[in-house]
Amino acid sequence: MIITSKDFDKGIVMIIEEERLDAHNSNELKSQLMNQFEEGKSNIIIDLQHVRFIDSSGLGALVSGFKNAGSRDGSLKLCGLQKQVQSMFELTRLHRVFEIFPSEEEALASF
Amino acid sequence: MKNLLEVDIKVPNQTKYLRLIGQIGEDVAGALERFNDSDPEELAYHINLVLTEAMANAIKHANKNDPTKDVHISINLTDDLLSIRVFDQGQGFDISTAELQAPDPALDHGRGVFLIRSLMDSVTYNRCETGNVLEMRKSLLQHGGKKERGSGAES
Repeated sequence: MIITSKDFDKGIVMIIEEERLDAHNSNELKSQLMNQFEEGKSNIIIDLQHVRFIDSSGLGALVSGFKNAGSRDGSLKLCGLQKQVQSMFELTRLHRVFEIFPSEEEALASF
Repeated sequence: MKNLLEVDIKVPNQTKYLRLIGQIGEDVAGALERFNDSDPEELAYHINLVLTEAMANAIKHANKNDPTKDVHISINLTDDLLSIRVFDQGQGFDISTAELQAPDPALDHGRGVFLIRSLMDSVTYNRCETGNVLEMRKSLLQHGGKKERGSGAES
Protein backbone atom coordinates (compact mmCIF):
# COMPACT_ATOMS: atom_id res chain seq x y z
CA MET A 1 0.00 0.00 0.00
CA ILE A 2 1.37 3.39 -0.95
CA ILE A 3 0.87 6.08 1.67
CA THR A 4 2.49 9.51 1.48
CA SER A 5 3.01 11.09 4.89
CA LYS A 6 3.48 14.80 5.53
CA ASP A 7 4.54 16.14 8.91
CA PHE A 8 3.09 19.39 10.22
CA ASP A 9 3.40 21.06 13.62
CA LYS A 10 -0.18 20.15 14.48
CA GLY A 11 -0.13 16.59 13.22
CA ILE A 12 0.65 14.23 10.41
CA VAL A 13 -1.25 13.89 7.13
CA MET A 14 -1.32 10.41 5.59
CA ILE A 15 -2.44 10.42 1.96
CA ILE A 16 -3.62 7.00 0.85
CA GLU A 17 -2.44 6.64 -2.75
CA GLU A 18 -4.72 3.72 -3.55
CA GLU A 19 -8.06 3.45 -5.34
CA ARG A 20 -9.27 0.67 -3.08
CA LEU A 21 -9.09 0.31 0.69
CA ASP A 22 -10.32 -3.25 1.25
CA ALA A 23 -9.66 -6.60 2.93
CA HIS A 24 -6.50 -6.97 0.83
CA ASN A 25 -4.68 -3.88 2.08
CA SER A 26 -6.48 -2.66 5.22
CA ASN A 27 -4.10 -4.52 7.56
CA GLU A 28 -1.24 -2.60 6.03
CA LEU A 29 -2.97 0.67 6.85
CA LYS A 30 -3.42 -0.56 10.44
CA SER A 31 0.29 -1.37 10.75
CA GLN A 32 1.37 1.94 9.20
CA LEU A 33 -0.87 3.72 11.69
CA MET A 34 0.68 1.71 14.53
CA ASN A 35 4.13 2.83 13.35
CA GLN A 36 3.02 6.46 13.66
CA PHE A 37 1.60 5.87 17.15
CA GLU A 38 4.81 4.14 18.24
CA GLU A 39 6.78 7.17 17.06
CA GLY A 40 4.64 9.26 19.39
CA LYS A 41 2.45 10.79 16.67
CA SER A 42 -1.19 10.67 17.66
CA ASN A 43 -2.78 13.58 15.80
CA ILE A 44 -3.41 12.09 12.39
CA ILE A 45 -5.32 13.13 9.30
CA ILE A 46 -6.10 10.43 6.76
CA ASP A 47 -6.56 11.93 3.30
CA LEU A 48 -8.88 9.67 1.28
CA GLN A 49 -9.06 11.80 -1.88
CA HIS A 50 -7.65 9.00 -4.07
CA VAL A 51 -9.80 6.27 -2.52
CA ARG A 52 -12.69 5.41 -4.81
CA PHE A 53 -13.75 2.25 -2.97
CA ILE A 54 -13.83 1.28 0.71
CA ASP A 55 -15.21 -1.92 2.24
CA SER A 56 -15.95 -2.98 5.82
CA SER A 57 -12.29 -3.92 6.40
CA GLY A 58 -11.15 -0.48 5.30
CA LEU A 59 -13.71 1.15 7.58
CA GLY A 60 -12.57 -1.16 10.40
CA ALA A 61 -8.93 -0.14 9.95
CA LEU A 62 -9.91 3.53 10.26
CA VAL A 63 -12.01 2.82 13.38
CA SER A 64 -9.07 0.94 14.89
CA GLY A 65 -6.80 3.94 14.22
CA PHE A 66 -9.40 6.31 15.62
CA LYS A 67 -9.58 4.35 18.89
CA ASN A 68 -5.81 4.06 19.14
CA ALA A 69 -5.33 7.79 18.58
CA GLY A 70 -7.96 8.57 21.23
CA SER A 71 -6.32 6.29 23.77
CA ARG A 72 -3.09 8.28 23.26
CA ASP A 73 -4.84 11.63 23.81
CA GLY A 74 -4.69 12.37 20.12
CA SER A 75 -7.26 12.14 17.37
CA LEU A 76 -7.65 10.72 13.91
CA LYS A 77 -9.59 12.83 11.41
CA LEU A 78 -10.52 12.29 7.79
CA CYS A 79 -10.56 14.47 4.69
CA GLY A 80 -11.13 14.29 0.94
CA LEU A 81 -13.91 11.69 0.91
CA GLN A 82 -15.35 10.90 -2.52
CA LYS A 83 -19.15 10.75 -2.79
CA GLN A 84 -19.57 6.96 -2.69
CA VAL A 85 -17.01 6.60 0.11
CA GLN A 86 -18.88 9.25 2.12
CA SER A 87 -22.10 7.28 1.62
CA MET A 88 -20.48 4.19 3.20
CA PHE A 89 -19.71 6.24 6.33
CA GLU A 90 -23.34 7.33 6.41
CA LEU A 91 -24.74 3.81 5.90
CA THR A 92 -22.64 2.49 8.80
CA ARG A 93 -23.22 5.68 10.86
CA LEU A 94 -19.48 6.23 11.10
CA HIS A 95 -19.95 9.81 9.91
CA ARG A 96 -21.09 10.44 13.49
CA VAL A 97 -17.86 9.03 14.88
CA PHE A 98 -15.20 10.67 12.71
CA GLU A 99 -14.55 14.33 12.18
CA ILE A 100 -14.65 14.63 8.38
CA PHE A 101 -13.33 17.66 6.50
CA PRO A 102 -13.38 18.59 2.82
CA SER A 103 -9.65 19.36 2.69
CA GLU A 104 -6.37 18.71 4.46
CA GLU A 105 -6.06 22.40 5.34
CA GLU A 106 -9.42 22.49 7.09
CA ALA A 107 -8.63 19.28 8.96
CA LEU A 108 -5.27 20.64 10.12
CA ALA A 109 -6.85 23.90 11.24
CA SER A 110 -9.21 21.93 13.51
CA PHE A 111 -6.41 20.63 15.77
CA MET B 1 -37.69 -15.15 -17.41
CA LYS B 2 -35.05 -14.28 -19.96
CA ASN B 3 -31.47 -14.93 -18.95
CA LEU B 4 -29.55 -11.83 -20.00
CA LEU B 5 -26.15 -12.45 -18.57
CA GLU B 6 -24.32 -15.19 -16.75
CA VAL B 7 -20.80 -14.96 -15.37
CA ASP B 8 -19.04 -17.89 -13.69
CA ILE B 9 -15.56 -17.41 -12.31
CA LYS B 10 -13.34 -19.38 -9.98
CA VAL B 11 -10.45 -17.59 -8.29
CA PRO B 12 -7.79 -18.69 -5.80
CA ASN B 13 -8.59 -18.08 -2.14
CA GLN B 14 -6.57 -14.86 -1.94
CA THR B 15 -7.63 -11.30 -1.18
CA LYS B 16 -5.59 -9.93 -4.08
CA TYR B 17 -8.41 -11.13 -6.36
CA LEU B 18 -11.01 -8.94 -4.62
CA ARG B 19 -10.22 -6.09 -7.00
CA LEU B 20 -10.80 -8.29 -10.07
CA ILE B 21 -14.12 -9.62 -8.81
CA GLY B 22 -15.25 -6.14 -7.73
CA GLN B 23 -14.44 -4.81 -11.19
CA ILE B 24 -16.47 -7.57 -12.83
CA GLY B 25 -19.35 -6.56 -10.56
CA GLU B 26 -19.03 -2.96 -11.73
CA ASP B 27 -19.10 -4.11 -15.35
CA VAL B 28 -22.26 -6.12 -14.70
CA ALA B 29 -23.80 -2.98 -13.20
CA GLY B 30 -23.17 -1.34 -16.58
CA ALA B 31 -25.51 -3.93 -18.13
CA LEU B 32 -28.07 -3.17 -15.42
CA GLU B 33 -28.36 0.53 -16.11
CA ARG B 34 -31.08 -0.03 -18.67
CA PHE B 35 -33.32 -1.68 -16.10
CA ASN B 36 -32.85 0.33 -12.98
CA ASP B 37 -33.35 3.95 -12.10
CA SER B 38 -30.60 3.95 -9.50
CA ASP B 39 -27.64 6.23 -9.90
CA PRO B 40 -25.34 4.11 -12.14
CA GLU B 41 -22.24 5.00 -10.14
CA GLU B 42 -23.97 4.09 -6.89
CA LEU B 43 -25.25 0.81 -8.29
CA ALA B 44 -21.77 -0.11 -9.58
CA TYR B 45 -20.30 0.64 -6.14
CA HIS B 46 -22.94 -1.43 -4.37
CA ILE B 47 -22.40 -4.49 -6.56
CA ASN B 48 -18.63 -4.13 -6.22
CA LEU B 49 -19.09 -3.88 -2.44
CA VAL B 50 -21.38 -6.88 -1.92
CA LEU B 51 -19.08 -9.05 -4.07
CA THR B 52 -16.01 -7.81 -2.19
CA GLU B 53 -17.63 -8.42 1.22
CA ALA B 54 -18.98 -11.86 0.33
CA MET B 55 -15.71 -12.98 -1.21
CA ALA B 56 -13.62 -11.65 1.71
CA ASN B 57 -15.88 -13.58 4.12
CA ALA B 58 -15.45 -16.74 2.04
CA ILE B 59 -11.65 -16.33 1.95
CA LYS B 60 -11.12 -15.47 5.61
CA HIS B 61 -13.95 -17.03 7.59
CA ALA B 62 -15.09 -20.04 5.54
CA ASN B 63 -11.89 -21.06 3.73
CA LYS B 64 -9.71 -19.88 6.66
CA ASN B 65 -7.17 -18.18 4.34
CA ASP B 66 -6.18 -21.59 2.93
CA PRO B 67 -4.36 -20.75 -0.35
CA THR B 68 -5.08 -24.19 -1.81
CA LYS B 69 -8.82 -23.50 -1.82
CA ASP B 70 -10.90 -21.58 -4.36
CA VAL B 71 -13.83 -19.22 -4.33
CA HIS B 72 -16.41 -19.72 -7.05
CA ILE B 73 -18.59 -16.77 -8.00
CA SER B 74 -21.68 -16.96 -10.14
CA ILE B 75 -23.53 -13.85 -11.30
CA ASN B 76 -26.85 -14.28 -13.01
CA LEU B 77 -28.89 -11.48 -14.50
CA THR B 78 -32.43 -11.85 -15.79
CA ASP B 79 -34.78 -9.07 -16.78
CA ASP B 80 -36.11 -8.74 -13.24
CA LEU B 81 -33.47 -10.18 -10.90
CA LEU B 82 -29.77 -9.94 -10.15
CA SER B 83 -28.52 -13.01 -8.33
CA ILE B 84 -24.98 -13.37 -7.03
CA ARG B 85 -23.77 -16.64 -5.52
CA VAL B 86 -20.44 -17.03 -3.76
CA PHE B 87 -19.36 -20.63 -3.11
CA ASP B 88 -16.77 -21.42 -0.45
CA GLN B 89 -15.12 -24.74 0.43
CA GLY B 90 -15.18 -24.41 4.21
CA GLN B 91 -17.18 -25.36 7.27
CA GLY B 92 -19.24 -22.21 6.95
CA PHE B 93 -20.09 -19.51 9.43
CA ASP B 94 -23.29 -18.33 11.00
CA ILE B 95 -24.70 -15.27 9.29
CA SER B 96 -27.98 -15.43 11.21
CA THR B 97 -26.39 -13.73 14.19
CA ALA B 98 -24.89 -10.94 12.09
CA GLU B 99 -26.43 -7.62 12.87
CA LEU B 100 -29.41 -6.38 10.92
CA GLN B 101 -28.80 -2.96 12.42
CA ALA B 102 -25.62 -1.00 11.84
CA PRO B 103 -23.04 -2.37 14.29
CA ASP B 104 -21.76 -0.32 17.18
CA PRO B 105 -19.71 2.44 15.54
CA ALA B 106 -16.92 1.84 18.06
CA LEU B 107 -16.31 -1.70 16.76
CA ASP B 108 -13.55 -2.18 14.20
CA HIS B 109 -15.14 -5.29 12.65
CA GLY B 110 -18.51 -6.88 11.88
CA ARG B 111 -19.91 -4.60 9.18
CA GLY B 112 -19.59 -6.92 6.17
CA VAL B 113 -22.84 -8.89 6.40
CA PHE B 114 -24.68 -5.77 7.56
CA LEU B 115 -23.60 -3.98 4.38
CA ILE B 116 -24.67 -6.90 2.17
CA ARG B 117 -28.06 -7.08 3.89
CA SER B 118 -28.51 -3.32 3.58
CA LEU B 119 -27.82 -3.25 -0.14
CA MET B 120 -29.47 -6.46 -1.36
CA ASP B 121 -33.08 -7.64 -1.06
CA SER B 122 -32.36 -11.13 0.25
CA VAL B 123 -29.34 -12.97 1.59
CA THR B 124 -29.16 -16.71 2.30
CA TYR B 125 -26.28 -18.97 3.30
CA ASN B 126 -26.65 -22.71 2.86
CA ARG B 127 -24.66 -25.92 2.63
CA CYS B 128 -23.96 -27.22 -0.86
CA GLU B 129 -22.07 -30.17 -2.29
CA THR B 130 -18.64 -28.54 -2.15
CA GLY B 131 -19.05 -26.35 0.93
CA ASN B 132 -21.46 -23.44 1.33
CA VAL B 133 -23.11 -20.91 -0.89
CA LEU B 134 -23.99 -17.32 -0.02
CA GLU B 135 -26.74 -16.12 -2.32
CA MET B 136 -27.58 -12.44 -2.61
CA ARG B 137 -30.54 -11.27 -4.66
CA LYS B 138 -31.68 -7.88 -5.83
CA SER B 139 -34.98 -7.33 -7.56
CA LEU B 140 -34.84 -5.12 -10.64
CA LEU B 141 -38.58 -4.64 -10.92
CA GLN B 142 -38.85 -1.32 -9.14
CA HIS B 143 -38.89 1.76 -11.30
CA GLY B 144 -39.42 5.41 -10.67
CA GLY B 145 -36.91 5.98 -7.93
CA LYS B 146 -34.14 4.56 -5.85
CA LYS B 147 -34.86 1.45 -3.93
CA GLU B 148 -35.18 1.87 -0.21
CA ARG B 149 -32.14 0.78 1.71
CA GLY B 150 -32.26 -1.65 4.57
CA SER B 151 -32.45 -0.86 8.23
CA GLY B 152 -29.80 1.29 9.78
CA ALA B 153 -29.45 3.46 6.69
CA GLU B 154 -30.41 6.67 8.42
CA SER B 155 -27.99 9.52 7.86
